[in-house]
Amino acid sequence: MELDPLLLSRLQFAFVVAFHAIFPIFTIGLATYLALLNGLFFKTGNPAWKRLAEFWAKVFAVVFGMGVVSGIVMSFQFGTNWSNFSQASANFLGPMLSYEVITAFFLEAGFLGVLLFGRDKVPPGAHLFAALMVALGTFISSFWILSANSWMHTPQGTELIDGTFHVTSWWAAIFNPSFPYRLGHMLLASFITGGFVVAGVSAWYLLIGRDQLANRKALSMSLWLLLVLTPAQAVLGDFHGLNTLEHQPTKVAAMEGNWETQSGAPLLLFALPDRDIQGNHFEIAIPKMASLILTHSFDGEVPGLKEVPRDEQPPVWITFWSFRIMVALGFLMIAVAFYGLWLRRDERLYRHRVYLQTLRLMSITPFIAALAGWFVTETGRAPWLVYGVMTHAEGLTPSLTGGMALFTLIGYMAVYAVVFYAGVFYLTRVVRGGMLDNEREPDEQVERPMRPFSATHIPFDTERQGG
Amino acid sequence: MESFDLSLIWAVIIAFGIIMYVLMDGFDLGLGILFPFAPSEQDRDVMMNTVAPVWDGNETWLVLGGAGLLGAFPLVYSVLLPALYIGVFLMLTGLIFRGIAFEFRFKSHSRRWWSRAFAGGSMVATFAQGAVVGAYIQGFETEGMVYTGGAFDWLTPFSVLTGFGMMAGFALLGATWLILKTEGDLQAWAYRIAPKLLIGVLVVFGVVSLWTPFVDPSVWDRWFSNIQLIWILPVLALACAFLIYSGVKRHHDVLPFLATLGMFIFTYLGLLVSRWPYVVPPDYTLWDAASAPESQLFLLVGTVIVIPVILGYTGWSYWVFRGKVKPGEGYH
Repeated sequence: MELDPLLLSRLQFAFVVAFHAIFPIFTIGLATYLALLNGLFFKTGNPAWKRLAEFWAKVFAVVFGMGVVSGIVMSFQFGTNWSNFSQASANFLGPMLSYEVITAFFLEAGFLGVLLFGRDKVPPGAHLFAALMVALGTFISSFWILSANSWMHTPQGTELIDGTFHVTSWWAAIFNPSFPYRLGHMLLASFITGGFVVAGVSAWYLLIGRDQLANRKALSMSLWLLLVLTPAQAVLGDFHGLNTLEHQPTKVAAMEGNWETQSGAPLLLFALPDRDIQGNHFEIAIPKMASLILTHSFDGEVPGLKEVPRDEQPPVWITFWSFRIMVALGFLMIAVAFYGLWLRRDERLYRHRVYLQTLRLMSITPFIAALAGWFVTETGRAPWLVYGVMTHAEGLTPSLTGGMALFTLIGYMAVYAVVFYAGVFYLTRVVRGGMLDNEREPDEQVERPMRPFSATHIPFDTERQGG
Repeated sequence: MESFDLSLIWAVIIAFGIIMYVLMDGFDLGLGILFPFAPSEQDRDVMMNTVAPVWDGNETWLVLGGAGLLGAFPLVYSVLLPALYIGVFLMLTGLIFRGIAFEFRFKSHSRRWWSRAFAGGSMVATFAQGAVVGAYIQGFETEGMVYTGGAFDWLTPFSVLTGFGMMAGFALLGATWLILKTEGDLQAWAYRIAPKLLIGVLVVFGVVSLWTPFVDPSVWDRWFSNIQLIWILPVLALACAFLIYSGVKRHHDVLPFLATLGMFIFTYLGLLVSRWPYVVPPDYTLWDAASAPESQLFLLVGTVIVIPVILGYTGWSYWVFRGKVKPGEGYH
């Protein structure tokens, strides 16, 4: 069998980005939560906020550290596997990615240490300021990365001259048409992820009866947050979808599994799309619903995949099903958030064991939903790397062979498996150690700065007898 | 607009970024290479503690260099990375293992595997970086600004030699760093191994210097067409080598490290002079490789603000953690 460097490179990029992405999805929301907790403690002086802030700072430190390690690979991926794309788009993407590095470094290097280690060494206001700056750093980082990514979906402000993009308007290129929706959708996803992880961990602590006071506060707070954010995400997702319909109709057609351009298009609940027959098997559909959702009219016209030649159609199966997984999980999250509101009557929220167990299990769903959403938008763009302008095949490194791509794909998978295993294993220990780990560290001789992991003092393994 | 040459400014910034990375990650990679040979497990703890507060910042220069290169000289980025595909992969996996081992070794009671991962990752990453330098001196096969060679063109006897040379060089940096930062038995050990590593570095330095002019005729012309001021660079590098030797003999704490830094800087400048102004040898100059002027300018604005901040911050970190690291005293 001939190894296809294009397919393998796409798999490799999807794998590396997906692996890296789970860390920022979490840390962006968590950074804001830390800022909020520190703000509440600053304002009220209630020690429960401080205990929560200190515990979640440890989790933040480990996840952040993992994100940094896995992120090193990212900045080299464009060059190794997509060198033609790198060279063509460097005038725009180069400055975007560089600004991500230097602006994020600027805030993180300066304030992460103060946030993690500075509580007793700087005035409370300065510590709160550091927490706010770290949160701001994560936003700025998302800003640049999503601007670069959005530009690949809806390129504007650039002109292609002799195979190279030249920026004609930085403003138009950075604030390209899909950018505000994409950024908003992603930031909300991050907050929801943070909310469900905090809710899940707090629920688990309540189940085992640990630190009731602080964890009830944390659970209550995250559920109020989710009550607002999960429906808001559905609304924002709808806007994002309308924007996509305007600029990338083929992607929407793939999401809907819709082959013929038609008015009054049905909403497919289940189908097996098949590119070979240019149609679906086993459709279960609600008539006219797709038109209603997409055009806000029962008879609105919805584009079909057949509008474009077969070789310009996305791999519809992945797009279609990823989209359904994302939406289904989204509704599940909304339902869980609203059921929590129901349970708030007469304080049952904190004692309802089935609900607390459910919350525990739900901590993983925002990660899956976010990755599914990312698959929708990225596979839906195929075969375009820069929508309508450059295909994946054109962007590929010309000298790349299938063997090389396969070798490094397996290599990265092996390396990340070790990293992920160690990281999750250690995080589990940190969460188990939890807020019981109360004794203050002996005030070390060090003033500043240290590695993020230094924020936790929990051993990786248990000490062996006689070892 | 044309009153100053943006590409030239960027060449200086990138060249500066690269040497900063080499010098700063160099000594902590060197510690990883020396790791298996350290006298005791306690010494290994001390070795890690000497770099614990700063090594994260050291690696920032690598990410900065990668992103900056894409922004300012995309051709370099898009030819070198495909050409060095396997080498870059080895370097990245080495750095990842090393980074993870660094974090978790401090958290573990059973440290053996983390120590191995730290040492192995450091060795692989260093060898790959040295081989990249060798491959760079050799030049790259391109056609129409695209790399056309094979996956293993970079791996030649010459690049293997530079790979081992880099390992010896970083180990020497690590050893002289230990002389600077430690005392007692560990320092005595560092004093003992430093001269041996220096001999290894000088042997490779000599062979590479004699070999390089034959790798490419343009390098021969640069050095031998008429005797120029550039000959001061190898002379200064050798003078630094002598200072390392005499510093070690006189048991001077600071001199060997500074002189090793100096040796690296002059060797690096010598390498730049050999290739100037070609950034993708043998065909493309830095002006061929540059991105559009408006992109270079857009990026320059942020960079000139942030680089001094990073330098100041880095300098401050080293200042805060100045002085000897004693056993049992940790930042972890």
